[in-house]
Amino acid sequence: MSDSNNDIKLVDAPDGVSGAGFFATSFEKVIGLARKHSLWPLPFATSCCGIEFMATMGSNYDISRFGSERPSFSPRQADILMVMGTIAKKMGPVVKQVYEQMSEPRWVIAVGACASSGGIFDTYSVLQGIDRVVPVDVYVPGCPPRPEQILDGLMRVQDLAANESLRRRNSPEYQALLASYNIK
Amino acid sequence: MELTNENVLGKIISKFGEDNIRDAFSPDGIMTVTADRDTIIDLIQYLYDDEELQVRFLTTMCGVHYPEQKNKELCVMYQLHSLRHNYRLRIKVFFPIADPVMPTLTNLYAAANWMEREAFDFYGIIFTGHPNLTRILNIDEMEYHPMLKQYPLEDLTREDKIDTFFGR
Amino acid sequence: MATENKTAPLTELEQFRQDHGLALQEERPLTTLNLGPTHPATHGIFQNILQMDGEKIVDAVPTIGYIHRAFEKIAERRPFYQITPLTDRMNYCSSPINNMGYHMTVEKLLGITVPKRAQYIRVIMMELARISDHLICNSILGVDSGAFTGFLYVMQEREHIYDIYEEVCGARLTTNMGRIGGMERDLSPKALHLIDEFLKRFPKVWAEFEKMMTRNRIFMDRTTDVGAISAERALNYGFTGPNLRATGVDYDVRVMNPYSSYEDFEFEIPVGSKGDTYDRFLVRNEEVWQSLKIIEQAYKNLPEGSFHADAPHYYLPPKQAVYTSMEALIYHFKIVMGEADIPVGEVYHSVEGGNGELGFYLLSDGGRTPYRLHFRRPCFIYYQAYTEMIKGGQLADAILTLSSLNVIAGELDA
Repeated sequence: MSDSNNDIKLVDAPDGVSGAGFFATSFEKVIGLARKHSLWPLPFATSCCGIEFMATMGSNYDISRFGSERPSFSPRQADILMVMGTIAKKMGPVVKQVYEQMSEPRWVIAVGACASSGGIFDTYSVLQGIDRVVPVDVYVPGCPPRPEQILDGLMRVQDLAANESLRRRNSPEYQALLASYNIK
Repeated sequence: MELTNENVLGKIISKFGEDNIRDAFSPDGIMTVTADRDTIIDLIQYLYDDEELQVRFLTTMCGVHYPEQKNKELCVMYQLHSLRHNYRLRIKVFFPIADPVMPTLTNLYAAANWMEREAFDFYGIIFTGHPNLTRILNIDEMEYHPMLKQYPLEDLTREDKIDTFFGR
Repeated sequence: MATENKTAPLTELEQFRQDHGLALQEERPLTTLNLGPTHPATHGIFQNILQMDGEKIVDAVPTIGYIHRAFEKIAERRPFYQITPLTDRMNYCSSPINNMGYHMTVEKLLGITVPKRAQYIRVIMMELARISDHLICNSILGVDSGAFTGFLYVMQEREHIYDIYEEVCGARLTTNMGRIGGMERDLSPKALHLIDEFLKRFPKVWAEFEKMMTRNRIFMDRTTDVGAISAERALNYGFTGPNLRATGVDYDVRVMNPYSSYEDFEFEIPVGSKGDTYDRFLVRNEEVWQSLKIIEQAYKNLPEGSFHADAPHYYLPPKQAVYTSMEALIYHFKIVMGEADIPVGEVYHSVEGGNGELGFYLLSDGGRTPYRLHFRRPCFIYYQAYTEMIKGGQLADAILTLSSLNVIAGELDA
């Protein structure tokens, strides 16, 4: 037991100035670090990819190692919207409504081929990718993607969260992006 | 009575007449007959009530579109099952697409409720007497019935599969 | 109404109401509650708009179609061998059953008989799929009533089933397993070893899960007499599978119309009595034990022979033969290009899926794609009865009833 305790990996502290009893760094780095390690997902599971997400939540692949301990089904309390599965045209407005209810900062992962681009269902009733209705940050391809791929997608969102500028959500480019989707 | 294709067919022909029960054959071992939309409800009711047959389970029903056959473009196929005797049979009804009306089976089988809504949604077949004949799987605003053969698989108004993405 | 014959003087509130032309006593209005389509407790996306009188449900209007992917229309465009990935995605918790059912339908149309070894391998895979479907259903029923631990234990076992699938066909969840005419490859020694390990390890885990839930006082209180349906109503609604067997009718397609050598195996059909949530839970539990029994028999008695039928017109020849022999090259070309001769015909075949009788009605006109392929999806048919099952009950009971019905959205909407 004592051998394994020497091998614990800790998160590296960001660059900064430290001295006796103080450590000075920039807000962006600290807040990015905190956000990165506690992203709470909203599992918007519609079909087969949702079952792979359940496997990711299980003990073999364990998404809570990455800080996503609490999958929140309420959009008000979630950070990431993970859309897993085919989104039909009937469901498109629902995705948009759930996205609008989330508060900033929020990220969207499109898990699976169907959420990214319609997948194998090039039909009259399937939305060809959720980026038709909401802005997407990370696309995870696969049909269904393995849990390792879903975790990789989550790690890309972690990179985004760690390196994001605090002013990004108020910037004109971001506002223009939301306006292009008709999202207030 | 052991139910075989011959004696069941003999029974329903003797009840309903040769003109109303036509084209009997068994393509996969299951006897298939063609009936008319005037007699279909009576036929299925008879199969239900008869004590020898006891055909009391509606396995499935679906619509089929044959655009080539004039005046018989639409078909509704009922597949029934007698659990008591382990006997299955199939009944088809043909009718023209200009007059896509059929009587409803919901008074007899509660299972037919959504199956008929699905046939309406996909083919535009109107079932008279149905308690709630609205679209079930597609969006309510859809203006056409997609499973008919003349409509394509892809969305008519889509603009995302454009040629620039495919190198054309 | 009760105050119409009141002789005592009106209270101030009642006087006020009378002066303003309102009824003396207010009728409590019904609450409209929207359950879904995205809701943590509904597994899959379907919406129910409930009319509630306090906690009691008075009426419910279901809306489905939120994941309608037009399978039947897609199937009219794809050659027969390309439809298997579509069938995976109907009941995605037990994909091998859908795949095998579709292959058996096409084999019936083409008149191919599959050798015994392939049939036994199919049986093993289908029963593993049935186990994995019931694992999810029962553990999620536990999660919905608050018992999260059972779900975690049992998902680990599902990972082991995924390992077996991966070894047999390469994919975890949407398996695309088997081919028209048999299986695509024989069971490798590693696959046989994995199945053997599973048979040794799983019974203990399942017994632990059962011990935790089956006679648990809280679980029994929450699930007995909840969402009950009688056998007559269930048959009228077209119920099949564990939901029908929980009401007392022992209809199982594997016994009534045996396919793929099921008649060689000895197993029992568990049957409930009241058709409530607890009975459905128990029936699924016992079916897992029966499936284990079938897998063990199939595994021990696995016959020697070929893993695919001798049908060169429909089953792809091995690559080595394609590169060296002329006939194999021509067969390969014809099959892949869709030039193989498909007879005109119509066929209906059904298998016992995780939720009931999964039927395939295939109409062929001799072309390379089916003329019409209709899926008889059990979830679609029995979900109609949900309104009747929850009327008069409470909201918490409605959630448990929904979980115990095992409604898979992919199969509901197709």
